[in-house]
Formats: sequence, structure tokens, C-alpha cells
Amino acid sequence: MTRIDENEVKKALDKPAAYGEDIDLNEYVEGDREVEQIENITDTPEDLKKRMINVGVEADDDGKEGTILFIDNAMSHCSNKAQEGLIIMNTQKALEMYPWARDYYWSAIDPTKDKYTAKTYQEDSDGYFIYVKAGYHIKTPVQTCMMLAKNRSVQNLHNIIIVDDNASLDMVTGCTTVHHANQALHVGVSEMFIGNNSSLSFTMVHSWSDQTAVRPRTNVLMGKNSNYVNNYVVLDPVGTIQSFPNAYLNGEGARCSFNTMCIAHENSNIDTGGCAVLNAPNTGAEIVSRNISYGGKMIARGKLVGNAPGAKAHLECKSIILKDGGVTHAIPELEASCSDVEMTHEAAVGKIAQEQIDYLMTRGLSQDEAVSMIVRGFLVGGIRGLPTNLQSEIDAAIEKANEGN
Amino acid sequence: MSLLEIEDLHVVAGDREILKGVSLKLEEGETCALFGPNGSGKSTLLATIMGYGMTTVTSGKIFFKGKNITHMSVDQRSKLGIGMMMQRPPNVVGVTLGNLVAATAKNGKGVVGVEKEFKMQDFMDRDVNVGFSGGEIKRSELLQLTAQAPDFVMLDEPESGVDLENIDLIGKKVHELIYGKEGTDNGGRKVSAFVITHTGQIMDYIGADKAYVLIHGRIAREGDPNAILEDIKTNGYGVEDE
Ligand SMILES: Nc1ncnc2c1ncn2[C@@H]1O[C@H](COP(=O)(O)OP(=O)(O)OP(=O)(O)O)[C@@H](O)[C@H]1O
Ligand SMILES: [Mg+2]
Repeated sequence: MTRIDENEVKKALDKPAAYGEDIDLNEYVEGDREVEQIENITDTPEDLKKRMINVGVEADDDGKEGTILFIDNAMSHCSNKAQEGLIIMNTQKALEMYPWARDYYWSAIDPTKDKYTAKTYQEDSDGYFIYVKAGYHIKTPVQTCMMLAKNRSVQNLHNIIIVDDNASLDMVTGCTTVHHANQALHVGVSEMFIGNNSSLSFTMVHSWSDQTAVRPRTNVLMGKNSNYVNNYVVLDPVGTIQSFPNAYLNGEGARCSFNTMCIAHENSNIDTGGCAVLNAPNTGAEIVSRNISYGGKMIARGKLVGNAPGAKAHLECKSIILKDGGVTHAIPELEASCSDVEMTHEAAVGKIAQEQIDYLMTRGLSQDEAVSMIVRGFLVGGIRGLPTNLQSEIDAAIEKANEGN
Repeated sequence: MSLLEIEDLHVVAGDREILKGVSLKLEEGETCALFGPNGSGKSTLLATIMGYGMTTVTSGKIFFKGKNITHMSVDQRSKLGIGMMMQRPPNVVGVTLGNLVAATAKNGKGVVGVEKEFKMQDFMDRDVNVGFSGGEIKRSELLQLTAQAPDFVMLDEPESGVDLENIDLIGKKVHELIYGKEGTDNGGRKVSAFVITHTGQIMDYIGADKAYVLIHGRIAREGDPNAILEDIKTNGYGVEDE
């Protein structure tokens, strides 16, 4: 851990984030740090189970290497089926058990970044800690579910994922609210470390309530020839989300891709994207976002920073507006400090081409059916390697959104 | 009443009047060829019959099966039995040919599972039209029409850009679409067709009962398809391209 100036952190408690509307932290009470323990994940209460499934987390953990459930600010369940090579536990316990874990704690994110990181630092927030030992390839995904259960509270989490050299891990994480916790704030600091020749695939599905505020803070540090895939999916109504994860490609030959898929419903305010900083030679990045606005506010950001020769990256923000009333804003940014880089971007905002709708209607599809089919294709077609179990969630969300409009 | 009747149709596309008073008739079971120089408005006429958004009817009427369809939605026209092979169908990213064929069959009365006959078995998982070659687009369009099985089919240059071997395939498949599969008699019925062609090649496969010539957005001539085609081949259209 690098030296952190406590005074600076204190000052940062009032520091608004670079993007997104400011949130008054004093409007929220603390989230609970004592929660009911669920020994066996299949014993999860039915209402919670339903919410878990909604975000792609399986209450029956057969096909999973490990499962973690957080409710508000404490861990409620943790299981690890991998015999070797995998550590799964809560962050605070890991810091006690493994002195080396301290080296990672607050080393990828500066706690003075904004009020959300500062608060997380001050609280010594807990979260999940996942470590894959060098040389281990974890075959099936580790799943985590972060649930907001207490209304008007702030959920403060601090997650750490480390994939050591020559190793790999797939993570599926779902974040959601229990129905009565409509007006709450989720803050999640995630520090990820990917060693040389290692890969991490991180799929995150968010399903919140229509007044939830969400402020994740994620940084990823990447070694030589490492690979990072980040999928972020938001299909349901939400109050406000502002998320801008950063990947630092510090090792030669590293590759990352950020795929974001959002539906901005009426009254939702979503500001998402990703940033790839290509610090080492021959690194590559791809940022793709596909968004639909049903009258909400949608800001799609993307930033590529090329600092080393041979860096190659592409950025693509596309949004379809299906209903007037909201604002859709694409903000692609390219920045280079080196001549030998190749960075491109593509952005598009607008309605579906009438010609495409007409074409499908020629084959007998109704206007609504044609639009749904095109929207689904737009969302799914642009993003490679999305978990297949998400596809039915996407269909359901499109159908629901069409009905309400 | 005729199967299709168009009365004094005026159509605007892209802020310009493209069709300037088109009237024509097509009887049930009839195959009709449509000739005309590039840019004369042939594709626009078919787009208007199908009801595409890029066309605006400023006056005139279109009747199909006795119904005034001038302002009907595209899918209603499709369900009434009109089918169309577009000259340049759009790419639809994320919608596979397989999905589109399945959705078409659900709304239509044709068959599925025949992609091999169209040499399209390797295209079913591909996004429709994206990166398809000229000939592949035609075969894909015909496969979709086969899933729909319309009563009246409009074909916009089915043979253009197609190599000789594939022209044979396309000619035979269009024949099937109109007359039914070999050995079946389609219940004695023959599907009506309106076919745009520059070379007349497709007529070798499906014949034609009559022809219209469209020039500068007006019907300039009507009559025997072979006689008209011969005349165009020897004397041209006698007009400058618009
Ligand atoms: N949406 C549009 N915007 C502007 N111009 C259009 C539009 N649609 C058609 N036109 C114009 O109308 C004219 C007729 O076009 P159309 O495609 O109907 O011609 P065509 O007879 O089918 O020609 P071809 O034999 O080359 O296919 C052309 O000059 C074309 O550029
Ligand atoms: Mg044409």
C-alpha cells in the first residue's frame, strides 16, 4: 500500500466526482455490517433468490467454482468449491489473514479520487476478495451478488480481485436491490490486478430500483500479455448510475475490452463508459457501447489513451433513441502521447433506420416486432462473447420496455 | 376487379416528384414485366406499392384484391399477400438470416428448412445482408419469399449481378415461387408477379404476359413483353437518362 495522507482523504469527502450528478452522502444512513448468514446458498430466501437470478447469479451454484453474497455492507454467504489455487473471502478478513494482501489494498485506486472513494476508505469497507494463485486456471465462473436491502442506506464495498501470473478467472457479478430498498446508494470500489499472461473476464449485471443511486469505482492494473474483458449490462430502470472504469495496460502485449449495454428508461440517468490507458508497447483495447433510450438520460463515454508505440485501439459508442424526452450523449475521446499509435472511434446517435423497419415489415412483422428484433440485434449483435444466459434477460427487458411505451 | 390497380399515382421521394401519374393493372395469375431506363422510377413504384416510408403518395390510389391499400402499413400489405424482393435490401446488424426466415414463416404460409436448395445453409447465422455478395443477396431474398409464400410477388431485378450458374438457380426458384414446386400444381393457382428487368433474362424462366415501360415517372408504353424488349434492344428507350 502506498502512503496515504489521511487529511487529504478527509478533504476528499466533499469532493464531487468528475462525472455525473453530485450525491449528498448525508442523505443516507450507514448500511448494516451485521447480516444474517446463509450457510447453503440454496437456502437463500425466495424473494432474494429471484433478484439474484435477475442479475445472472444462480442460487443453485452447481456450475460455479465459488459464490459470494453480500447484503448491504456485510458478507452473508461465501463458498469455494475449487480445491486449490483459489481464495475467496471478504476483504477485511483477507487483510487480517494475508499480510501480502495489504500490498494491493488501495494500490490501484487513489482514495482521494472523489467523495465515494474517500468514504469507502474511511469506513474500512468490506467487500469480496478473490485471489487466483499463479498457474491456476479456474474453470467455471466465480459468482458474486451484491444486494442492497436497507432503504435510504449507503452500501459501501471494497472489492479486490487478483489473478496472479499465468492464471485465469471468469467472474459473474450481479448487483441488485431488494424491493423495499428503493432509495439507496451503492458505492463499490473495485481494484483488479491481472498478472503476466493471465486473463480476467468480468461480467457485471445491474438491476436496481427506479430511485437507486449507483457509483462504482473500478481500476484494473494489467501485466504483460494479460487480457481483460469487462461486460456491463443495465437493463432495468434505475435512478442514477455513473461509472467509468479504467484499465491500465502496463505490460507489453496486454489487451482489454469494455462492452457496455444499457437501457435508459424514462427518469433513469445513466452515465457509463470505460477508459483504457495503453502504457506499454503493442497493447490493444476495444471499447464498445450499445445503448437504448426510452426517454431517459444516457451519456456514453469512452476514452483511449495511447502512450506507447504499437498501441492499437478502437472505440465505438452507439445509441438508439426510441422515445423522445431524454437526452442521449456520446462522448468519445482519443488521446495520444506517442506517434506510433492507431486509435479510432465511431459514434452514432439516432433512431432506427426506417428502411430496416420497412424491410422486416415486408416479411409480415408488425412495427413493434420489427423494432424489437432490430433493438435486440443492435444490443446483442455488437457485443461479442456475452454470456448466453443474459440473452433471455435482454429479450424480457426489451419486451417490457416496449409494453410501457 | 384486377388483382392490382393503380390509378394516377403521384409519388414524392427525397423532396422530388418521382412518379408523375402512373396508372396500371395487373390481373390475377398474370406475370408482368416492368422496363425502363435507370432512374425512371421503377424501384420507387415497387416501394410505393409496398408502402415504404421513403415514398409519399401525393395523389392517386392503389388497390389490391379490391382493397384500397394506398395508406396501409407495410405489414398489413404483406399479410394481404404482397411479397417483395428488393433491389438493395438494407443490412440489419444483429438479425440473422435464420431468425428473419423463421419470423417470416410465422407470419406467412411458406416453408422453412429449405436453405440448402438456395445454397444458403452457411448463411443462416449471419447478419442479414451484411457482407453478402450480389448473388447471395438475391438468394437470401428468395429464401425469405419462399418462407412467406405471397400471392403477388414483386421482384426488383432478380438477375442483376448474378453469375450464369446462379441465374439458373434463381430462375428456377422464382419459377417455383410462381408456379409451385415441380410435380405440384399449387392447387391450379398461379402466383402473380411484377418483375423489373433490364435484360429480360428472367423471362426465359417465368415468361411474361405483358409489359409496361416506365420513363421519367410515367408509363410510356404497354404491350407484349417480347416485342417491347426486342424494340428496346434495337432502338433503346429513345430518351436520355434522367
Ligand atoms: N429517397 C430518395 N431520395 C432522393 N432521390 C430518390 C430517392 N428515392 C429515389 N430517388 C430518385 O428517384 C429516381 C428514381 O429512382 P428509382 O430507384 O426508382 O429508379 P429505377 O428506375 O429503379 O432505376 P434503376 O434501373 O437504376 O434501378 C432516381 O433519380 C433516384 O435518385
Ligand atoms: Mg431500381
